[in-house]
Amino acid sequence: MNNEIEVIRASLPRAQRPDRTRRVDVGGIEISVVEWGDEKDQPLLLAHGGFDFAGTFDILGPLLATAGFRAVAWDQRGHGDSDLAALYTWEADVRDAALVLASLDATDPVPMLGHSKGGGMVDQLAEVLPHRIGAVINLDGIPNERGFAQKIDRTDVAALDTELAAWLDHRRRAGGTHRRADTLQGLAERRRIMNPRLSVEWLQYLVTVGARKDTDGWRWKIDPTLRFGPSGAWKPHWAIPRLRGLHVPFLGIIGTIEEEMGWGTTPHEALPILPEGAEFHALANTGHFVHIERPEDVAEIVVDFLGRAL
Amino acid sequence: MKTTFLDHVRSQLALHELREGSGRPLLVLHGLGERSPSIVPSVTKSWAGPVFGLDFTGHGDSTLPAGGGYTCEALMSDADAVIAELGPVTLLGYGLGAYVGLLLFGSRPRDIRGLVIADGPGLDGGGARPTSPKLLYVPQDETRHNTPDPWALLELASDTRPPDYAAEHVRQVAALSDMDKAIAVVSMGRPEWLEAAMESDVVFESTIAAAISVFGAS
Repeated sequence: MNNEIEVIRASLPRAQRPDRTRRVDVGGIEISVVEWGDEKDQPLLLAHGGFDFAGTFDILGPLLATAGFRAVAWDQRGHGDSDLAALYTWEADVRDAALVLASLDATDPVPMLGHSKGGGMVDQLAEVLPHRIGAVINLDGIPNERGFAQKIDRTDVAALDTELAAWLDHRRRAGGTHRRADTLQGLAERRRIMNPRLSVEWLQYLVTVGARKDTDGWRWKIDPTLRFGPSGAWKPHWAIPRLRGLHVPFLGIIGTIEEEMGWGTTPHEALPILPEGAEFHALANTGHFVHIERPEDVAEIVVDFLGRAL
Repeated sequence: MKTTFLDHVRSQLALHELREGSGRPLLVLHGLGERSPSIVPSVTKSWAGPVFGLDFTGHGDSTLPAGGGYTCEALMSDADAVIAELGPVTLLGYGLGAYVGLLLFGSRPRDIRGLVIADGPGLDGGGARPTSPKLLYVPQDETRHNTPDPWALLELASDTRPPDYAAEHVRQVAALSDMDKAIAVVSMGRPEWLEAAMESDVVFESTIAAAISVFGAS
């Protein structure tokens, strides 16, 4: 490891790289799996959000390990240290998650935590594999009827035309493109747009994990062919009755500052659609990335919840 | 038949020139699990220009990707790569290719001069509404060899195709294409997405030969 990375990581001692790494084959694509804590401890799976990476759990994961969990996270296909894929879908991501779960060889149901997209994936796994999921912890991935904060009015012909053409134009270029190179500090400042309340040390730490240093600078590892959109056939209201119908212990944690990467679901919207008996926390002065912004508080809530749920 | 390969995202797409010619090409989009015809379909013999057939990703001579992850939108971008190569085209879609063609027409309404929707495998997809989610499974030893990709067969037969999503794309065609009659339905199959599309004035019932004639003259 070069000195620049060492210095940055040393400035944030509460963040720790994983105790173990391994890879899981999900059908010709290798998924990078990372773990904190004793292998004999109670497993707890952690699913990151879209366009993020497992290293975003580098503070939360060690806290959960200290509390007695084997915290296991993975980079979704095309993200972090996992292989790039030719094709990406929600269903394939959920399938990959099921194979990571299977790789634990757990005999008892395993609790799962997911942030944003990862929260939705965990919700779906609890529906398709209710016998395998011991509890669901959804971090700011609770849907609402309005849809994502970042969306267009699909009845606006010009706006939809722009969105559809932009996605196809991106696909035409995608094969030969790379993420934009920058300095490590520059990437940290770009990440600050999504995480405006993080310390510079945490932002730069995230770059050392989620980006790589090429000859012309640092660039995020995420597959450059990935892009939001098109909005597609999927409807947000489809997810709501499914969420309500889950019968595993459920903990929802949301941030109360609406940000463009999230659903922006309010407590008023969330409470009526949560499963029966769900526990719910709305963190004040916190944005979409609750586990990155307030890992200690999230760990405390999660450990307390699992102490009662398992 | 002359075949060229288009580099598109991480796939190489096989584009087959079924008949040489000048003028606007007719592009044939095959059904689910099929591949481009190797000769010009007899029903298109009246088409004056060149005729091409595309093998979608995971089909025919195109790339067999690892790990599945198929969507009709990704296949739509496969067909869009042909427009980038050839310029404006008229589309003849069978089954899955018909639905993909509709999505592409709505997304590139100025670059497509007519779509024929014909019967074929994969016309229905997984229906108009989502069903209970499930984990699809393909044994790994079945995925490494030949097209069609078993993941494509599973995933593209179970994707949800809401009627209003299809209608949205037809509305884009009606608003942004200058064609009064733009989409010809020749299929007997009428899944809900197609019934919704047919409520638009730009959609009409026809035969392949008649539709080819109409679009060839436009």
